[in-house]
Amino acid sequence: MVVDDFSTMRRIVRKILKDLQFQEIIEAENGVEALRLLESNKVDLIVSDWNMPTMTGLELLKRVRADERFKGLPFLMVTAEAQKENIIEAIQAKVSNYVVKPFSPAVFTEKLAKIIPQGQ
Amino acid sequence: MMDVKIVNPFLAAAMHVLKTMAQVDAKPGKPFLKKDDLAIGDVSAIIGITGAARGSMALIFTEQCIKDIASNLLGVPFTELNHEVRDAVGELTNMICGDARRRLAEDGFVLKAGIPTIVGGKGHTIMHIANGPRLAVPFETSQGSFMVEVAFSGPI
Repeated sequence: MVVDDFSTMRRIVRKILKDLQFQEIIEAENGVEALRLLESNKVDLIVSDWNMPTMTGLELLKRVRADERFKGLPFLMVTAEAQKENIIEAIQAKVSNYVVKPFSPAVFTEKLAKIIPQGQ
Repeated sequence: MMDVKIVNPFLAAAMHVLKTMAQVDAKPGKPFLKKDDLAIGDVSAIIGITGAARGSMALIFTEQCIKDIASNLLGVPFTELNHEVRDAVGELTNMICGDARRRLAEDGFVLKAGIPTIVGGKGHTIMHIANGPRLAVPFETSQGSFMVEVAFSGPI
């Protein structure tokens, strides 16, 4: 699942995931919509922006980790929030990995590979 | 008051983001102080900034420039200034502001940013948050021109 309030970034991430052979990709515009979609879809990975209206990516991460069903779900934060304290905050909230915008497809793929077992 | 040392990271970030995400080389022109709200371009996004300084950054594109950049960014051709192209202006603004804040944080200036607002149309205006002078920097690319505007007030 790709979560970002800007369709541009959702499309960029979707394209990279498609190239990596991810089959079904669903999209949400904010944390609230993402939580709703989590209830009705089998999700193997969350790729989320940080700065979004209604519910931020950090809040989404905390909600996901607090839920017994989703606490082990790979969660990749893709964000322009690149200051040290942001990264520390995300790590404390148990983010799986962190991609700083702007990024190349190679960097995204490398960060993703560290949290998704090969062949999945 | 606005210190020029706060502006350079925004210019470096604009070049870095466009190169990394859209493979576009952007060359900055001569900065100038802008006194009115009129945007020199067809579509813009503005993002509010707080923290060590209070202000905003705006990114203003000519139609041809952003259509070509969005085409590079998303890998599909755009021939009109539609919702998807406008959305790209917002995301580019978000990324440039974020990269600039990361650079400024390395010098001890910690800033937070809001969510970009997109505005457009011939003769549209940009309302910066700070009342002080706004520094405008034109950029040239092989796709056309765009502008970065930065306006700050506060202690930085």
